[in-house]
Amino acid sequence: MTIASTTQLICFVALSATLVLGALGVVLLPNIVYSAFLLGGVFLSVAGLYLLLNASFVAAAQVLVYVGAVNVLILFAIMLVNKKENLAAIPGLGVRRLLSGAVCGGLFVLLIRVAFTTPWALPGPEPVGEEATIRIGEHLFSDYLLPFELASVLLLMSMIGAIVLARRDVLSSDVITGEAADQGLIEKERTPLLLEKSPR
Amino acid sequence: MLTNTAPGLDLEASFEQALQGLGLSPAAAHMLWLPLPMVLVLVAAVVGVLVNVWLERKISAAVQQRIGPEYAGALGVLQPIADGIKLVFKEDIIPAKADGLLFTLGPVLVLIPVILSWLVVPFGQHLLISNVGIGIFLWISLSSIQPIGLLMSGYASNNKYSLLGGLRAAAQSISYEIPLALAVLAVVMMSNSLSTVDIVNQQTGAGILSWNIWRQPVGFVIFWICALAECERLPFDLPEAEEELVAGYQTEYSGMKFALFYLGSYINLVLSALLVSVLYLGGWGFPIPVEWLAGWLGQPIDAPLVQLITGSVGIVMTVLKAYLLVFLAILLRWTTPRVRIDQLLDLGWKFLLPIALVNLLITAALKLAFPMAFGG
Repeated sequence: MTIASTTQLICFVALSATLVLGALGVVLLPNIVYSAFLLGGVFLSVAGLYLLLNASFVAAAQVLVYVGAVNVLILFAIMLVNKKENLAAIPGLGVRRLLSGAVCGGLFVLLIRVAFTTPWALPGPEPVGEEATIRIGEHLFSDYLLPFELASVLLLMSMIGAIVLARRDVLSSDVITGEAADQGLIEKERTPLLLEKSPR
Repeated sequence: MLTNTAPGLDLEASFEQALQGLGLSPAAAHMLWLPLPMVLVLVAAVVGVLVNVWLERKISAAVQQRIGPEYAGALGVLQPIADGIKLVFKEDIIPAKADGLLFTLGPVLVLIPVILSWLVVPFGQHLLISNVGIGIFLWISLSSIQPIGLLMSGYASNNKYSLLGGLRAAAQSISYEIPLALAVLAVVMMSNSLSTVDIVNQQTGAGILSWNIWRQPVGFVIFWICALAECERLPFDLPEAEEELVAGYQTEYSGMKFALFYLGSYINLVLSALLVSVLYLGGWGFPIPVEWLAGWLGQPIDAPLVQLITGSVGIVMTVLKAYLLVFLAILLRWTTPRVRIDQLLDLGWKFLLPIALVNLLITAALKLAFPMAFGG
């Protein structure tokens, strides 16, 4: 075994261990802030696994998007809405936990079975390495153009939605019915939601 | 790794050849080589911080018509070392109601991405730790980890000023990351590569005239503003605005943990200055191409001595440009007032972001129209 492959093996084991333990921590820890920070760790170890697979662009994108944007926003949300209130006790918690545990266990067994029965082509195709950035760009602007553009439209829609929801404070009442603009009005099924600006 | 065949000082190849000449296997020689550039760059980064602290003290003194540190060594050059030793010997306090684990992890998470980013800073054709293909993109993605460390230390301090400071820091670095990335994207578009070495090589054609600053003046200004905001330097040091937030997320920190924040912010400043010089000021390039100079002097460019000289000139030029920018940053810090947080976010989202987008579009248009000048 050469030095390079030994290093790779050690990195793989360490990354996988942090990934699995971190993911378990995200789900099982009672403190939501710890869960959010651990989620960042999980994203980072996934990026590390991508690096081991010679996909450095995907790894960097993973860090930028998931750690730098998604996880930071989750943390923001948790820290801005930090209410110290005890959640109401849910009836039948033990049964619920047992059921969800069984579902997760079943999924795990299924995945293990798939992993062992699939005839994997080993070794896989030659990694593209540093050429990957160019190849990804070519694919995004040829055969994956439609999904790429659709994703951008989806993001735009969610952004506009978020702005409408976030700027509720300047909107006072529905233009047509004159109902007060509160959570109930926004969640009601009705189109379009015409809101009038409150006098300032 | 990219296979780089361009001429220039290649210490790695020479070192490994020498070791293999002593009878070591290529893998073992590579293992012995690997830690050397990393340690060297780490030392360079820390020494850079010491120089920076001294410059900051001296320049601020000059701006305010004081003398500044004077007794520790000639002109006070030993003052930063005294500061560092003081921080090492201070008591390390973790507040009783703070979250000990996150409190300790926060400063570490702030410092590590900054140091890792030095991986891609080139001082010459082969004088960098690793010429990774994603180069500058690696720096952008690594610097997006930093807000998590800031949020972590702000939250773990269990102090409202710390939490507000952490939230501000994270908000600030998220908003300024976007125009920063767009400015970098315009440069990347012109050089057809993300690698820092390729970005510099694309600027070496005609010395000072081919530097990116002439083709990307707007991008340069955007990048510099955003880099200052990312480093939390005045006029953008909102997260630690004394009058409002005591010291922001650093309020509860003392001793070595505070030193980590301090070190992180100064290493980040030097790193940003180095990257501005790489992206816009021709990196290691001399204002007149060294190839021309060697030609006029009648020397072959690949002679060992000439290579040694050009390599040294490259390092000196990179550091010189970076420290000129650091000087500018320090001067800005001591001459400009601080902006308000809403002004800061307005500037980022409503001014810099549209300008950066327009800059990107114009660069793309110019690249199509004049492929000769804009790297077709």
